[in-house]
Amino acid sequence: MDFKLTEEQEALKKEFEDFFQEVMKDAPPEYGTGGLEGTYKTDEGFQFHMAVAKKLGEKGWLSRAWPKEFGGQGAPLIEQLIFNEAKDKYNAPGVDMFGIGMFAPTLILAANDEQRERLLPPIAKGEVSYCQGWSEPDAGSDLASLTTTAIRNGDHYIVNGQKIWTSGGHKADCMFLLARTNTEEKRGKGLSVFHLKMDLPGIEVRPILYMNGTHIYNEVFFKDVKIPAKDMIGGENEGWQLTRQTMNFERSSIGLFIEGKNRVRDMVNYVKTHKKNGKFLSEDPIVRQKLARLYMELDMGHTLAYKIAFLQEQGGLIFAASAASEAKLFGSELIQRIANYSTEIMGLYGQLTESEWAPLNGVMNEMYTMCMGLNIAGGSTEIQKNIIAWVGLGLPRIR
Amino acid sequence: MNISFSSEQEILRKSVAEFLSKECPGEKVRDIEDSVEGYSAKQWKKIAKLGWMEVILPEVYGGFDDPFMNIIIIMEEIGKAAFPSPFFSTVILGGYTILEGGSENQKKDLLKKMAEGKLLLSLAQHEDDPGYLEAAINMQATLSGDEYVLNGTKMFVMDANIADKLIVAAKTDEGTTLLLVDAKAPGITCTIIPSIGMDNCCEVIFADVKVPVKDTIGEPGKGWEILEKVMLKASIAKSAEMVGGCKASIDLTAFYAKNRVQYGQPIGGYQAIQHYMADMLMYYDISSNYLYKVAWMIDEGMDCSTEASALKAQVNEYYKFISERGVQIHGGVGTSREFDIGLYYRRAKAFEYTCGDSDHHIELVAKAIGL
Repeated sequence: MDFKLTEEQEALKKEFEDFFQEVMKDAPPEYGTGGLEGTYKTDEGFQFHMAVAKKLGEKGWLSRAWPKEFGGQGAPLIEQLIFNEAKDKYNAPGVDMFGIGMFAPTLILAANDEQRERLLPPIAKGEVSYCQGWSEPDAGSDLASLTTTAIRNGDHYIVNGQKIWTSGGHKADCMFLLARTNTEEKRGKGLSVFHLKMDLPGIEVRPILYMNGTHIYNEVFFKDVKIPAKDMIGGENEGWQLTRQTMNFERSSIGLFIEGKNRVRDMVNYVKTHKKNGKFLSEDPIVRQKLARLYMELDMGHTLAYKIAFLQEQGGLIFAASAASEAKLFGSELIQRIANYSTEIMGLYGQLTESEWAPLNGVMNEMYTMCMGLNIAGGSTEIQKNIIAWVGLGLPRIR
Repeated sequence: MNISFSSEQEILRKSVAEFLSKECPGEKVRDIEDSVEGYSAKQWKKIAKLGWMEVILPEVYGGFDDPFMNIIIIMEEIGKAAFPSPFFSTVILGGYTILEGGSENQKKDLLKKMAEGKLLLSLAQHEDDPGYLEAAINMQATLSGDEYVLNGTKMFVMDANIADKLIVAAKTDEGTTLLLVDAKAPGITCTIIPSIGMDNCCEVIFADVKVPVKDTIGEPGKGWEILEKVMLKASIAKSAEMVGGCKASIDLTAFYAKNRVQYGQPIGGYQAIQHYMADMLMYYDISSNYLYKVAWMIDEGMDCSTEASALKAQVNEYYKFISERGVQIHGGVGTSREFDIGLYYRRAKAFEYTCGDSDHHIELVAKAIGL
């Protein structure tokens, strides 16, 4: 049993942290405390994200985990965890969770040589941003029931249908799309993966404002959109298998625990410097209990994140599937508790959104609304529980 | 980083588990709970022979310099089996106290006997004030010639009824002092108090009990310092026992849910049950992984007092949650004495108080994070 990082890993961690600390000195105020909202809600935030991405690209850090033959360094997954931890410690952007996190692994696994040579370098250089074309109005958790079609017509596929909850769709250059290429088949059969540019004729992006007015999500409509056949990734009708296989990116959810620790640290400082009924909040045993509990849960989740990277490195995602779901479930519910407790502790001030009156510039209040998205995106809490029950405990699946 | 056990450790785990499942199945646990002694002397001899007590000992005192992690493995398996024995009182609380504070002679003599299964120990710390801080210790030990005279009442003294020696925390002029007291010494009255753990929870009354000054463990006034070191390891070891109980609760409940059929389906197929169980497994995995991290920190000589407090406080809650859902999923039979899940439900509450309840540890963590 050994939880220690090697000397090389420690050095790497320091190198990453130094970089992100430096880079964050240039963060515009609009970027706020980062996350999807920091990246997508303002132009300034997005430009900063892309500028950091370019710097990361120059260092070769976006593609560190890729195999050497595809321009990466074949870095082990644990180093990816260390990288993500350093990045999240400073709430830094620059890593496109869709391009780097999901589509690049898909390309590495299933694209042909021409596609890899054409599509991987811009991702590695941080020049291109992606969005994900998966969810539909009637296909959320039950993704395989999607109905957007891509019908072969000569050298092209003609796409018709609608995607929804497309994070950053209004900013992204490209999308990776999951669409039905065989309308005779049901569910997972007959789906294919495509790469497409968001400026193709027939694509319309409409904003879906979050409950607090923030623009992150979109609807994307496809009306007779022509995608060149050469932009289908992997075999026709093999998209579902491919989508499931490529989920083996770093799945520890470490960002949730690091972000949580940052926020709890902010709150510890806050309660030591703010009074309620004439007494410092830090003297209130209820406040102390709430914050200490959050810290403890965060430290346990943080430790689990390392275990997940270890398991994934040992035996791939299948090996870590239940634990990865546990971390996502635990982390997202924890973020929700942090937001709720923090806005409770602040008293009346907890209701204030971003402004000079709001404590911590309204970040805890923003978290209180944004955290609901975390519980739903990337596999809802209920889906994570299903996975844990089926994979982790072997409980029967009843349809 | 290598978050896995060595093959020797896997063998240790297997041997402890096999012994307990053979020697101490659920019916046997209940028999022992109902017995006057609250433990089986026969089993105690056997586990001494198997060398479980030696696992805490350095080579000079007859052990093998095992890592702390090996004790964690044994405690987890004890927790899984809900094994009623004075192992925690004798080996963890008693053994570590002697290792931390005992003189060379005390160590040589007492640890040898302990390892041979011929010495049962019990720590008398608590009194009527149920706190976990030094301020809760008020019993006086008055110096009279070359003897201390003890007067007062100790509460929640586990296994005092079967112990050969009590380690008593009392106040001398120098402060808190640990005294090794013959459990059958004149003036001692020991009474078992009924408790949810159905374990040997005792009240011990001291009336003019005389203890030779030479039977002090550590220097007079240094008792609390010694106890703090012991409590660090003991709270982790107790957490391990509880984490083992979590695992057993989940295994029992998953087995039941896969086999119990209602409305034509195994109830484990229903999402209401699956989602309870997903939470149970999540909390177990988070706890066991953190347990190993904290135990590893002990073996590395790192300061882990904050982590140990976090572990105990959280495991207190998770064990209660997991065993409670376990009973719930078992339905009616889960509430019966006959079914094993109830053993864990009761132990989760009993162990919550051992080596610090949640409030105690949460406050320690609050201080540690700067509050």
